[in-house]
Amino acid sequence: MSAQDWAYASNYAIYSAMVLFTLAFFGHAYETAWAVRSPLASEATAGNLVAKTLDNSRTQKAMRIATAMMILGFTFLLAGVILRGISAGRVPWGNMYEFSITGALAFTGAYLFALRKYDLRWLGVLVSFSVLLTLGTAITLLYRPSAPLVPALKSTWLVIHVSAAIISGGVFLLANVIAAAYLYLDNMESKGPRKAWAQRLPSLDVLDQLSYRLVAFVFPLWTFAVIAGAIWAESAWGRYWGWDPKETWAFITWVAYAAYLHARVTVGWRGRRAAWLCLLAGSTFLFNYVYVNVWGTGKHTYSGL
Amino acid sequence: MSEETQLPELGALALARYFWRQLTSMRTALVLLLMLALAAIPGSLIPQNSQNPMAVSEYFEKHKSLAIWFQRFSLFDVYSSPWFSAIYILLFVSLIGCVLPRSIEHFHAIRALPPKTPKNLSRLEYHQSWPATGEELVIAKAWFKAKKFRMLESEGTISAEKGYLRETGNLFFHISLILILVGVLVGGLFGVRGSAIVSQGERFVNNSTSYDTISFGQISNENSLPPFTITVDKFLAKYNTLTSAPEDYTLNVTTVAEPGAKPKQQVVKVNSPLTFGSTRIYLQANGYSPIVTVQDKKGNVTFQGPVPFLPQDGNLRSIGAIKVPDGNPQLGFVSSFVPTYARSAKQGAISVFPELLDPKLLFSIWQGDLGLNSGKPQSVYRIDTSKMKQIGLNSLKPGEFLKFSEGTITFEGVVPWVNLQIVSDPGKSYSLIGGIVAILGLLASLFTRRRRIWIRVESGEVQVAGLAKNSAPGLAVEMKEFVTKLKEK
Repeated sequence: MSAQDWAYASNYAIYSAMVLFTLAFFGHAYETAWAVRSPLASEATAGNLVAKTLDNSRTQKAMRIATAMMILGFTFLLAGVILRGISAGRVPWGNMYEFSITGALAFTGAYLFALRKYDLRWLGVLVSFSVLLTLGTAITLLYRPSAPLVPALKSTWLVIHVSAAIISGGVFLLANVIAAAYLYLDNMESKGPRKAWAQRLPSLDVLDQLSYRLVAFVFPLWTFAVIAGAIWAESAWGRYWGWDPKETWAFITWVAYAAYLHARVTVGWRGRRAAWLCLLAGSTFLFNYVYVNVWGTGKHTYSGL
Repeated sequence: MSEETQLPELGALALARYFWRQLTSMRTALVLLLMLALAAIPGSLIPQNSQNPMAVSEYFEKHKSLAIWFQRFSLFDVYSSPWFSAIYILLFVSLIGCVLPRSIEHFHAIRALPPKTPKNLSRLEYHQSWPATGEELVIAKAWFKAKKFRMLESEGTISAEKGYLRETGNLFFHISLILILVGVLVGGLFGVRGSAIVSQGERFVNNSTSYDTISFGQISNENSLPPFTITVDKFLAKYNTLTSAPEDYTLNVTTVAEPGAKPKQQVVKVNSPLTFGSTRIYLQANGYSPIVTVQDKKGNVTFQGPVPFLPQDGNLRSIGAIKVPDGNPQLGFVSSFVPTYARSAKQGAISVFPELLDPKLLFSIWQGDLGLNSGKPQSVYRIDTSKMKQIGLNSLKPGEFLKFSEGTITFEGVVPWVNLQIVSDPGKSYSLIGGIVAILGLLASLFTRRRRIWIRVESGEVQVAGLAKNSAPGLAVEMKEFVTKLKEK
């Protein structure tokens, strides 16, 4: 098979993954909506309002199917990423299209991995939707034909530095989604009891802990990504740190998450304030990814996006 | 007169102590951390002198009044500005003030025994009790020992603690950050950084006059340059035939480490620099140097050699200047060079591929005063034609020559040039060690759980309890394992 054929195969795998994620999205959307049971007419007695309740016995199957679709989608996406690598004859993260598909893979992977330990299926709607959004943007706006790397990117550090950065990014984003969910539910609870659909979502405490743990787990990896980048920069550009825009924002993200960890561990921040700080730190990561790649100048912009 | 509130008088020492406490408090550190992140932002949005001085001067032309204000607040040199330095220096002082006392405390703590078993275990988490069989303390001791708990035994009870590595890692992490900063400072004081354009076939001798640009650290000077020479034997660039994107650069050089040493053939690539001690030589950029010979009307050679041209686009259309100051009158050739010639209706001569498929040198000839003695620094790629008169316009292929009113110009051929970046940074190994220790310390501190477990056997009853610091997870599982072990048998 020629490089072109491998690239087409990769594209087909990614389109299939998108179909599967769409099915997963509908599955999750269905079970989120239909698990809420309106009171039957017989239950409502005059003058006595019966609240909506959560009953997911009817939607168990939809949930299981949705998770299965998610795993299948992950598998196809993994295949797509690997095939892209084969077609280009290198690791598949040489431009923004490839970062996006690999990032979506890392994000889904982080979700599925966390799913082994925590029942996070309530996040499925959000996860499948954001993955679809990422893949859709990647394939329509960012797509570039598969091509070899420019000389500066030809280094083992590409594998090490970029994979560490992508995995960190995936986990940071998951922590952010959970922090956002925390803020949303906290807001809902402050107005009264949770709405029926939100009842099976974990308690605020669990969400708070979970987003902290994800950050604490991945912060050393992000530190490693930055240091590996510095080592690579030393051998490619003649300095290990030069305040290139990407480096600067990686540093800002690092400092912001360091502040978050200190705020939690040493100063004892919990809940709202911690969640906002987590979102702030996560947004610096997103800004780095979008702004520096698309509008930025500097040494990290040689991929033609 | 109104009554003034009496403030307790603070002596200078007490005041200093007060400020020190404030500075080393965790809240201050947190604010400083967030300020550092915030302060780093403008440098990524506004062009910086340290990275792109051209963009800074362009900014001055476009937004004159704003640029002046930016200048006043060092916004073109954010990372060496007084306010940025102030934040990180305060942060590091705060860090040292926090880490030092904690290190001493921790040093004592790791040699101390765990505190005594609390009187009332039933108030603690994971408390369980059951009738004793008599063997429990022995089993517990063996279990603690196998799990490497630190123990304090006393009458009928054991207090065990584990996870000191958490604080050790934490302290090492913070100390290593200081080491990284030391590395940066050492690099700034003793480092040398410069660059030189060398055409294929030429030799670079490492002394300060060979450089196009060079900057020394505060403590280094010309004498810190190691006496090596590098001869550029061959430079080969490969490009993608479809996209013109570069695929590979290979530079072959012959190096002599010091006068009299044996010459060595070496290969330099973008990601594998040459190394002489703490000095490394990087392949940074490349382009073409047309070789030209200029003769005057009598046939005397007034200029000869390769002239580096500056690439303008991905297909290496390049501009350059051939200056002949020794002629009478002085001559200048405002030139452009294309490696693969094509004509576009809009732009005139363009290059359609970066390799030498159909090279062409295009130039206009000027005579008059080149202005080299005016004292103003001049670009080597441009000619100030304000005191000159144009006397011709032409183009040549390699091997061709042109006779004009003041003499002859011959386009002998083309060689590539490379831009070598020569960097000596004796501080980087400190930073590297700092970086590695930082990661190890971080891993130890974030993945170690500090916890205590107690057991007491008293009046025929076994009691156990546990305590996890920072509410670290996993103690429940460990307690279960502990209790199962005790009840085994």
